[in-house]
Amino acid sequence: MSAPAAAKDALTAPVRTGPDYFLWLCGAASVGAIFVLGWIFFEIFQEAIPALKEFGAKFLTNATWQPNRDRFGVLPFLVGTAATSLIALLIALPPGLAIAIFLNEDFLPKPARQFIRFVVELLAAIPSVVYGLWGIFVVIPLIQQLGSWCAERFPNVPLLAGPAYGNSLLTASVVLALMILPTITAISRSSLVAVPRTLREGSYALGATRWEAIFGVILPTAAPGIVAATILALGRAMGETMAVAMLIGNSPRLSWSLFSPSGTLASLLANQFGEASGLQVSALMYAALVLVALTLAVNFAGEAVLRYTEKRTAGIR
Amino acid sequence: MRILLPFVTALAAAVSVQAQQLSGTGATFPAPIYQRWSVEYNKQVPSIQVNYQSVGSGAGVKNFLQGVVDFGASDAAMTDEEMTKSPCGAVLIPATAGSVVLAYNLPEVKNLRLSREAMAGIYLGKITKWNDPAIVAANPDTPLPATPINVAYRSDGSGTTFVFTQHLAAISPEFDEQVGFDKSVTFPVGIGGKGNEGVTALIKQTPGTIGYIEFGYAEQNGLSCAALENKSGQFVAPTPESGAAALASVEMPENLRVWPVDPAAPEAYPITSFTWLLLYKKYDDAAKLKALKDFITYGLTEGQSLATGLGYIPLPESVVAKANAALGTIE
Amino acid sequence: MDNPITHSPDFFEDNSPESTKMLGRSLFDRALTALCVGLSFLALVPLASILYLVVKNGLPLLDWSVFTQLPPAAGMNGGGFGNAVIGTLTMVGLALLMAAPPAVLAAVYICEYDPKGKLSNAVRFAAKLLTGVPSIICGVFAFAAVVLATGKFSAFAGAVALAVLMLPTILLTSEQALLGVQRAYREASYGLGATRFQTISRVVLPDAAPAIMTGIMLAVARAAGETAPLVFTALFSQFWMSSLMEPTASLSVLIYNFSTMPFEHQVKMAWTASLVLVLLVTATNVTAQLVFSKRHA
Repeated sequence: MSAPAAAKDALTAPVRTGPDYFLWLCGAASVGAIFVLGWIFFEIFQEAIPALKEFGAKFLTNATWQPNRDRFGVLPFLVGTAATSLIALLIALPPGLAIAIFLNEDFLPKPARQFIRFVVELLAAIPSVVYGLWGIFVVIPLIQQLGSWCAERFPNVPLLAGPAYGNSLLTASVVLALMILPTITAISRSSLVAVPRTLREGSYALGATRWEAIFGVILPTAAPGIVAATILALGRAMGETMAVAMLIGNSPRLSWSLFSPSGTLASLLANQFGEASGLQVSALMYAALVLVALTLAVNFAGEAVLRYTEKRTAGIR
Repeated sequence: MRILLPFVTALAAAVSVQAQQLSGTGATFPAPIYQRWSVEYNKQVPSIQVNYQSVGSGAGVKNFLQGVVDFGASDAAMTDEEMTKSPCGAVLIPATAGSVVLAYNLPEVKNLRLSREAMAGIYLGKITKWNDPAIVAANPDTPLPATPINVAYRSDGSGTTFVFTQHLAAISPEFDEQVGFDKSVTFPVGIGGKGNEGVTALIKQTPGTIGYIEFGYAEQNGLSCAALENKSGQFVAPTPESGAAALASVEMPENLRVWPVDPAAPEAYPITSFTWLLLYKKYDDAAKLKALKDFITYGLTEGQSLATGLGYIPLPESVVAKANAALGTIE
Repeated sequence: MDNPITHSPDFFEDNSPESTKMLGRSLFDRALTALCVGLSFLALVPLASILYLVVKNGLPLLDWSVFTQLPPAAGMNGGGFGNAVIGTLTMVGLALLMAAPPAVLAAVYICEYDPKGKLSNAVRFAAKLLTGVPSIICGVFAFAAVVLATGKFSAFAGAVALAVLMLPTILLTSEQALLGVQRAYREASYGLGATRFQTISRVVLPDAAPAIMTGIMLAVARAAGETAPLVFTALFSQFWMSSLMEPTASLSVLIYNFSTMPFEHQVKMAWTASLVLVLLVTATNVTAQLVFSKRHA
């Protein structure tokens, strides 16, 4: 359409009035999402009330979990959840980002990049039970050897203390890292792709090398997406049930060594929910609430990081 | 398009003969044999389809009390208190039985014998090396290494733990006081594996490990089992015969709940237990009730012949008779 | 893209401070490239290990009969898991239908309509909290909401549990996808006189479609492999699916059941089922991406 004709059409076209039904639909969907969360929270809370009344805040600091004596405290599992998730993130973030950057640059021709992308997404397709089985057959013997070696070389470091079991905090963290890698890669890559080309071309025009462009301009611009990817990955790591339950050794005793068995809130639930009755069910639901609270804390931290990066990159979009 | 295919299949299947569906949940231990009965019985009577999924005895009892299943299954039966909460009464029927074994990984030691003192001591963390005097005393002819004992237990709540700790608590007052017995307990030592298969994997992985598992797992995985000292002082290895002797040594009461916690018979294996099917006293659907009764009668009679092959212990005749009688009281 | 400065013939002859600094930057650049490549391949090693294990253990029993036969019970040989394949496809498909439209629409709301508003913040908050909920709780929730309400275990309850699991992932990745659409596109569209609905449906969503698809595929992959939610809602079945309101088999529960049995044939079947599950999800993923790939560069 030629410009004058289009402009004339726009001026004489009927003005749309009336409610925006699409807006209502989207708004309804939003309310629905909140409603679902509220309902889940309500269900968990209801079940958890007896334990809340019985233990109160001591639940978080008590380190004894004895179902047959009705003594419940989740400190070891809280520490285990935080530790496994953080370590998994530390292990997965650098390679995850590296692959995302790698896929976004043109080091390799496009078919090769498609192949690598496909291969990383294959990781996402593997069921958590299979991760657990792989962990049992492959990772546990490796970690056990590593642990024995560390215990011999560094006998006075509590973090590396023996006896080295294969089923340990480190094993679960390593496998978790592999499970969250596709999430980090896929979402970070999407964010990197979304950075306008003009920014990259502008920085090259100013004489930046490839990596200076990446660190100086592209990563900061894509930062909100990468932070979102990290939060999502962390959430998955904290909530992962099956694979962790198969690998972490499930010990209710608090220990500071990477190579000793541990437990997480999610694996505690997976292990004991099926057989629990009475106060134990309530205590497990309370543990689920603690996990949700932990997710909340992680999200607040993510928000803080996001605000910092937004300040630095204001105006680029 | 691919999504339509299952619906078309479902429609087609629904249009064909509508099978009588029965669903049950409960203990993991008897799941293999219940599922086998389901498939074999379906071959005989294609119009009856029984679905059983293992979710744990506790969840099985919960589902039963909430009325979302047609039957339940539990290694720990039901307490009187639980039975009162049932919407339509409850009838317990022993369906099969099994032994809990102490499997160990010591390649040079073929026939380990463990005294009652040794068993309790290992799981209390008091006996920490394989060549501890308490163990050596029962094995005078077998050289035992001076290596530490890796103890493995069940991290998930389970009927196996219940049966094992029940026995230990009965033979050792110290164990009863320090640990107690339940579906999940906190052992003072050791590492937790998830499920029988998790503990089996722990035992296989590291030499010097000992753990308690169901007999079927030890048998299928070729693990050595310790011969345990029973109440008469005999060291008995786990076999179908010694298990049957243990079951036969207890009198089955009216409510069909009994645990051979510490059988006195000389040939009896000390750690054996029944597992129960949970049924309502009254069913509204007559067709469903008939299907259920036929299926369970099959299990109690022909189904028992499959038990030994799968690692279970066949029910003694007297128990089958009583179970059938109890089945008859359901309307 | 190599820096053109290093290619000039006098580069290495020139000893001026500027060119030395340039050399440093160039070397740093190459070192980082090497690091990036190294880390990427490092991450691919464990993947190769897992795939090798799954293929090695799963391939022996893989043939067409696994799609047409029912699961073998304990002590039996042969058999397949055709009902589990149908069950997984049905429940994941149904869950997708239940979760994806509301999630994408909610993302549209918080991105296009009212980014800073109270409702938007509440939705973001809710979605982020939901990501941390363990999968077993999704199952427990669906049990309370559907199984107790209908009085029976069913495929529908299983689909609800999976939908709850998928919702936050799709919502958050869709939001990121929509944020990635350049502002210029929206402004151009409004400039041409389009309504908000037209802009969203004809410009923004199509541009964000590949990224939204990525998020949906991540959610689908996770849902297909989760066991705990289905054990409490859809249970399992040894027989062909006959209705949505009956206990239904699924690949993930089959793998869980079989891998925990002491019988070797069943354990082998579990590996074959894992292989089939991975292949199914990958096939879905590849198809979706081919359909939704960006048409413009």
